[in-house]
Amino acid sequence: MRPILMKGHERPLTFLKYNRDGDLLFSCGKDHNPTVWFADNGERLGTYRGHNGAVWCCDVSRDSMMLITGSADQSAKLWSVQSGEQLYSFNFGSPARAVDLAVGDKLAVITTDPFMDSPSAIHVKIIARDPADQIGESVLTIKGPQGRINRAVWGALNTTIISAGEDAVVRIWDSETGKLLKESDKESGHKKTITALTKSADGSHFLTGSLDKSAKLWDMRTLTLIKTYVTERPVNAVTMSPLLNHVVLGGGQDASNVTTTDHRAGKFEAKFYDKILQEEIGGVKGHFGPINALAFNPDGKSFSSGGEDGYVRLHHFDPDYFHIKI
Amino acid sequence: MADVMVMNDIQETADRLGIDLASVDFDAIRLPPGQDFGILSDDEDIHQGDNVELDSGFGNIIIVDNLPVVPREKFEKLEGVIRKIYSQIGLIKDDGLWMPIDPETQKTMGYCFIEFNTPLEAELAREKTNGYKLDRSHIFALNVFDEFDTFMKVPDEWAPPESKPYTPGENLQQWLTDEKARDHFVIRAGSDTEVLWNDARHLKPDPVYKRAFWTESYVQWSPLGTYLATVHRQGAAVWGGASTFNRLMRYAHPQVKLIDFSPGERYLITYSSHEPSNPRDANRVVMNIFDVRTGKVMRDFKGSADEFSVGGTGGVTGVSWPAFRWAGGKEDKYFARIGKNIISVYETETFSLIDKKSLKIENVVDFCWSPTDPILAIFVPELGDHPARVSLIQIPSKDELRQKNLFSVSDCKMYWQSNGDYLAVKVDRYTKTKKSTYTGFELFRIRERDIPIEVFELENKNDKIIAFAWEPKGHRFAVIHGDNPRPDISFYSLRSANNTEKVKKLTTLKGKQANALFWSPSGHYIILAGLKGLNGQLEFYNVDELETMATAEHFMATDIEWDPTGRYVATAVTSVHEMENGFNIWSFNGKLLYRILKDHFFQFLWRPRPPSFLSPEKEEEIAKNLKKYTKKYEAEDQDVSLLLSEQDREKRKMLKDEWEKWLNEWKLLHEEEKLERQKLRDGEVSDEEEEYEAKEVEVEEILDVKEEVLSFEE
Repeated sequence: MRPILMKGHERPLTFLKYNRDGDLLFSCGKDHNPTVWFADNGERLGTYRGHNGAVWCCDVSRDSMMLITGSADQSAKLWSVQSGEQLYSFNFGSPARAVDLAVGDKLAVITTDPFMDSPSAIHVKIIARDPADQIGESVLTIKGPQGRINRAVWGALNTTIISAGEDAVVRIWDSETGKLLKESDKESGHKKTITALTKSADGSHFLTGSLDKSAKLWDMRTLTLIKTYVTERPVNAVTMSPLLNHVVLGGGQDASNVTTTDHRAGKFEAKFYDKILQEEIGGVKGHFGPINALAFNPDGKSFSSGGEDGYVRLHHFDPDYFHIKI
Repeated sequence: MADVMVMNDIQETADRLGIDLASVDFDAIRLPPGQDFGILSDDEDIHQGDNVELDSGFGNIIIVDNLPVVPREKFEKLEGVIRKIYSQIGLIKDDGLWMPIDPETQKTMGYCFIEFNTPLEAELAREKTNGYKLDRSHIFALNVFDEFDTFMKVPDEWAPPESKPYTPGENLQQWLTDEKARDHFVIRAGSDTEVLWNDARHLKPDPVYKRAFWTESYVQWSPLGTYLATVHRQGAAVWGGASTFNRLMRYAHPQVKLIDFSPGERYLITYSSHEPSNPRDANRVVMNIFDVRTGKVMRDFKGSADEFSVGGTGGVTGVSWPAFRWAGGKEDKYFARIGKNIISVYETETFSLIDKKSLKIENVVDFCWSPTDPILAIFVPELGDHPARVSLIQIPSKDELRQKNLFSVSDCKMYWQSNGDYLAVKVDRYTKTKKSTYTGFELFRIRERDIPIEVFELENKNDKIIAFAWEPKGHRFAVIHGDNPRPDISFYSLRSANNTEKVKKLTTLKGKQANALFWSPSGHYIILAGLKGLNGQLEFYNVDELETMATAEHFMATDIEWDPTGRYVATAVTSVHEMENGFNIWSFNGKLLYRILKDHFFQFLWRPRPPSFLSPEKEEEIAKNLKKYTKKYEAEDQDVSLLLSEQDREKRKMLKDEWEKWLNEWKLLHEEEKLERQKLRDGEVSDEEEEYEAKEVEVEEILDVKEEVLSFEE
């Protein structure tokens, strides 16, 4: 089907997130306003106003009541999804990068960038049931990795936190003690900055994308490398189909290097790979800048991509898609 | 293998540490003993074998012999003369000139020592003034002081050289005996150089040999494919062998930049250019001709870049390479170079000029050899009243075989057909107004009596010629012509049914996105390619049937290379582009077989094959019975493809099974944790994709209430 072009952001997109029911799509961009859309027809529902910097990441609670966003304005904010009201703001001394809500939505992990003298850090916050009781204190702060931590997500049963970022290493931390449990192997792991990390729908494995032009699939528990998907472009975004064994990689030449002669040179396609066979299935073209964000609808029947070009493209699959054989 | 740093990483590291890379003298860096950082040294046998030559430090002193013997009174004058001669060449050190005096006769002894600042100047002085005639009876003889020792050590009596027992070498052409008749190619990407088989049946390359830092600039196959040459700071080296690549020979030539083989790969010419000590001078150029097998220097040429860069093409920019061009054929008998108003032709028996003198041709700007015969084609542009001309000259007799005068010529290019049967001369002429040029061709039929020449022009003679190419071993040629971005491509044949001696047009393809022509080495097929600005458009065209076999694209492709048999084509994107680096292998008819991506991809070269030993009759016979042979190979091909698909299926099945197994294991664990997850969720039962019921909730929100009194008017 023809993709739906959603123009609402004035700056490049950074992140996309569907709610659990798959009826709402949240988008973050370098403009300051996270936006919510109807995931079906791409109609814009509203924006969350209050940030004063690029918004890097967001997550939505299981009941679609609360949204958490991390921004370069050195804060992470909680919002009421329905009213667009700001519920709380966690303030840091450096830009917030990744946010992720734990199973049960009672904990959130927030990462902050290295800034001035302070190194990058992973913070764990308790999310109060009633916003009025919300406090800003961290339960746990983990420091150690060099460079930005581009993604941090909760592992199985909220017992671990998985982080990845500029130092190209995937790490698993104990979410209670902050102890480093596992670290990805230098040889088999990524060679350059990890830009994206997505968990599978069932939480058994996760996928990382890196500027080394590859994406890798890892066992969530043991951090064993299961699969590697090699592409021709730096990978900025990854996602996995919850329905079929497909992974999608998005990326492209760095925005500053993009040629002005031909859009094909940048390879701004969303590339589909067979998750198990590691073979390329196809690609979805359209963006005229690198793809920065990808998300699959939880029903597996549509996906959306957000680009450096400021557009969100919402793709509903044709029936043929579900019968692809290789 | 330790992690290999790519130049980029080095640059990055340097930037981070605030070091300007340009200011670092890499030659001055010495690694701690025993530390090689994982990079194997090429010099292992230097350390073992020959003693390292110790620099005795007198390289900058020369001895000038055959000076006049003069008494005291004239000493000052002679010294003045010598000082004058040599201070022009280089800086003589203070007290650097010493002319000994015989204490008995109080006369000079007929020689002197001169100490220069640098060995380079000493070397230059020797070159320039060895044989210098001061007067009739005093011809200078120069030696560098360092060499004196060597001369003194020459034994007075000749001893017969020890004869070493003959040890048969490896079969250097082993690769030609491959069961599956595959071809080798070499690629250079990052710091690695790799030789691979093109295993087109299995749709992948098959590695043969790989080595990091194998060469310091580039690699090159010898013309018959026997050797792979690498270029290093100390000189060039050739590699080869039956099963792997061993170093066969080294050719010492410090700072060597370029190398070139003779077509029969007997000789190797190496070239280097050095900054002059005096910035006003041109660069110094050193060229050595080595015998490939023995490694001996057969002849060297030294001089300033100016002497070697004449002939129009080189201009002031530098020496055009190859500076020496070899006559065709496997014999490697003649080679020639162009100079100001001369063409110097040398023969390899004595490595001296034929008849001891060069060919004097006023104003000559270009020449080229026939690819098969010792015939030179030369081009002389217009000069004064003399018209421009193209001549064919037979070597070694230096007879002019044919000459053609041309008028109002702006430029000329010569194209030989690969068998030396035809020569096409592309002539750009000025129109009457002299404001623009148009192009015509002069076609020479070398093999026919008296070498007839035919003038040939395109139908629209104002068309710009973008590319011209002869069919290898054939009688056809292709031309890309036209001015618009989509030019036309025409094919012509020099052979017609009734021998009317006319060029016959075969067809014209209109409006093609192409700017380069690549004939298959066996003829018949051609790739019309749009490289560079045209993003790598490819059209595979069959000239026999005059039909397009396939159109394809290798985005951004920069290079196209046919394999020596004409079965496969490689298209490559080299590191002139940042992205997309790698190569594709296609079948001759345009089917993409496989593609390999490599960052920092520099070179792709097929290993050439020597010419076939089959006689033309035998070849014809094979062509006749082709059906019989193909059956056998088709059966083989089928077996392979069956095997392949079987392997593929098995591999996929294995991958799927593995995944299933892993998933099941995980599911078990996941089940065990189910309760704990529920607890985390405050008892919410549903795990993942549960059947949630859609409840319709109606929410009424009163946004605004307004009361308005409307006046009622009758």
